[in-house]
Amino acid sequence: MTVLAISKILVFFGVVLALTPPLGAFMKRVFSREKTFLDPVLLPAENLIYRVTGIDPDEDQSWKTWTIAMLAVNTAGLVALYVIQRLQAFLPLNPNGFGAVAPDLAWNTAVSFTTNTNWQSFSGESTLSHFTQMVGLAFQNFLSAATGIAVAVAVIRGLAREKAKGIGNFFVDCTRALLWVLLPVSLLAALFFVSRGVVQNFQKDVTITTVEGAGQKIAQGPVASQEAIKMFGTNGGGFFNANSAHPYENPTPGTNFVQTVLIFAIGAALTRTLGLMTGSPRHGWAVFSAMALLFLSGAFAAAWAEQAGNPVHQKLGVASAPTEGGTGGNMEGKEVRFGITDSALFATVTTDASCGAVNSMHDSFTPLGGLVLLANMATGEVIFGGVGAGLYGIFIFIVLTVFIAGLMVGRTPEYLGKKIEAHEVKLAMLSVLVLTVAILGFTALAAVTKAGLAGLNNKGPHGFSEMLYAYTSGAGNNGSAFAGLSANTLFYNLTLGIDMFLGRYFMLIPILAIAGSLAGKRKLPASAGTFPVTGPVFTVLLVSIVLIVGALTFFPAFSLGPVVEHLLMSEGQLF
Amino acid sequence: MKLILKSSLYVVATTILLSVVYPLVVTGLAFVFWPGKARGSFVEANGRVVGSELIGQNFTGPKYLRPRASAAGKDGYDGTSSGGTNKGPTSDGLAKAIAASVEKARLEAPGRSGAVPADLATTSASGLDPHLSPDAARWQAARIAAARGVAEKAVLDVIERHVEGRTLGLLGEPRVNVLLTNLDFDRSLTAR
Repeated sequence: MTVLAISKILVFFGVVLALTPPLGAFMKRVFSREKTFLDPVLLPAENLIYRVTGIDPDEDQSWKTWTIAMLAVNTAGLVALYVIQRLQAFLPLNPNGFGAVAPDLAWNTAVSFTTNTNWQSFSGESTLSHFTQMVGLAFQNFLSAATGIAVAVAVIRGLAREKAKGIGNFFVDCTRALLWVLLPVSLLAALFFVSRGVVQNFQKDVTITTVEGAGQKIAQGPVASQEAIKMFGTNGGGFFNANSAHPYENPTPGTNFVQTVLIFAIGAALTRTLGLMTGSPRHGWAVFSAMALLFLSGAFAAAWAEQAGNPVHQKLGVASAPTEGGTGGNMEGKEVRFGITDSALFATVTTDASCGAVNSMHDSFTPLGGLVLLANMATGEVIFGGVGAGLYGIFIFIVLTVFIAGLMVGRTPEYLGKKIEAHEVKLAMLSVLVLTVAILGFTALAAVTKAGLAGLNNKGPHGFSEMLYAYTSGAGNNGSAFAGLSANTLFYNLTLGIDMFLGRYFMLIPILAIAGSLAGKRKLPASAGTFPVTGPVFTVLLVSIVLIVGALTFFPAFSLGPVVEHLLMSEGQLF
Repeated sequence: MKLILKSSLYVVATTILLSVVYPLVVTGLAFVFWPGKARGSFVEANGRVVGSELIGQNFTGPKYLRPRASAAGKDGYDGTSSGGTNKGPTSDGLAKAIAASVEKARLEAPGRSGAVPADLATTSASGLDPHLSPDAARWQAARIAAARGVAEKAVLDVIERHVEGRTLGLLGEPRVNVLLTNLDFDRSLTAR
């Protein structure tokens, strides 16, 4: 790897690292309802929302009440999004005159955006009206992100509190995530994006005559406002089919850098919030370090694989080495302004973080580059992870880590003074198993049915990878794709819809149950026999557990897809 | 029942704030400060709009830089149908397409030896990539010079004027905007 490529990755990581303490501390204040500099503007808005809806912000909810409120709001959002899509022909802001979205596609999209997955079976610019994008999808981008943050905060509270009945108030956590965290940063980011060329208008497709006299139609829309929350809320659903590879979504290397940082910002900062709210800042950093190790290994591996490129194409006469005026490497499905490293870095970050936005086509990555992306998602999206989702996802692995460490020394495991007992471990395993069964089960189903195989764009092992990627992405609520797969069919819309649903709610509900049970427990003072959840030993053990659970579960499937494809590519075998 | 009402009201209230007020504020500020960009960065030449600076368009004539291959729409560069080929690394179809691009690039630049620049041999992610790498632009200079009856040096000079470097020396890759460079050819290069 060149010095330049290494610097690109390290500088990016440095910026994320630098943002973590201030943003983490800010979120701690927001969710503890302490004073912040935004209060003069936002407090009145917050109170207005509570007054209009009749919500009592001072009610402390038990984990069950909290969960039911979360599900009720999510369901209301889901229904609204479905209805908007079905009725878009009759709604305003439809200058291109798009008709109603088909029922199976509307269901898939509604689930997809409600669960923060943003899997897209459709092509935005030729399917959805500006109204559907702005009021339907962009709203879910906010709500699903706020839901994720709220769950993470509830889990942290469960750890921090002692002998408590409640874990907070869903409406307050959600509203504060929306107003204090998501909205201000999105506003700033959206304006920065417009200043660099991201479009923000309500025009219909613009038709122009090119220099050589041909006609060209160019789709428009309110893109910048949606782009900001798409990245900051780790949603990832593009306004356009090409997502962040589209020059109107991501026009410059500068916007690309900001987008990449936005994906990680909240996920990383929540580790700091965890440390501060539980009174153990070093635990927060230990979790951050585990995530950082996994991220950096993936980023370097993917960047290396993409720069090494494809030997089959190089034999045909395509440049492989980087020069002063050219990138070499695997440029299929990548944009010139991003080149190899910025594309590989974005791809790693977006799969680590369950974002799913893409600035290059993952389907055309080299087998090893694609393997990194698959493995990132298969670990359960805990490498900084989706907003909130990364933290409550790693929480499952932390529970397993202290459990296994406890078994090794023969003591009841404790996590920050809370006893981890059979009840918690069972719930943690439930969510791990549901995820695995959903991914592998649906992939197996697709691989043996006509309806599943009909969607493939590639033959041989790469075709298998396309299916495996789709269900891994769905269950991990990532939403990126090996996009050659024609997923807008009844089979894929339905199965992926279920896959995303299981991946979201069978993760959330067991985790909230654990949080509720932990909140009610006494805090034990640390003793000489307590396994510390700070420091390098814990970090290394946590990384190992993540890798063992991910690797052992998915290794056979990876072997059939990217691993065998890599070996065949080296031999020059094509399909 | 009370919860359903509360939740529905909550969704309505937050929708108004986040999906109506927020995007309209962004649109308003965008139109005040960056109206040209908010509307699509369109470029005019000879008194008419000829395209967007950000959206690649096709060029087929020998007098112009030829852009990268595009999978957007049936004929490429369809601004309502963005996307890549999504062909995988062991796809036979992709290898054939790349072999054809390599052959075309070599036929067009008979003086050139060596490997074809990677971006010129492959298809972009968006299908609307507005750029070429400097190598891929220089690769085509001799052909453009011959078609326009000017010295190759003159073409290369125009290309050099349009090379954009990395942001802060770090982000992105050096590149040449195809539309802006081609318009500059028309303005600056007159036959000897």
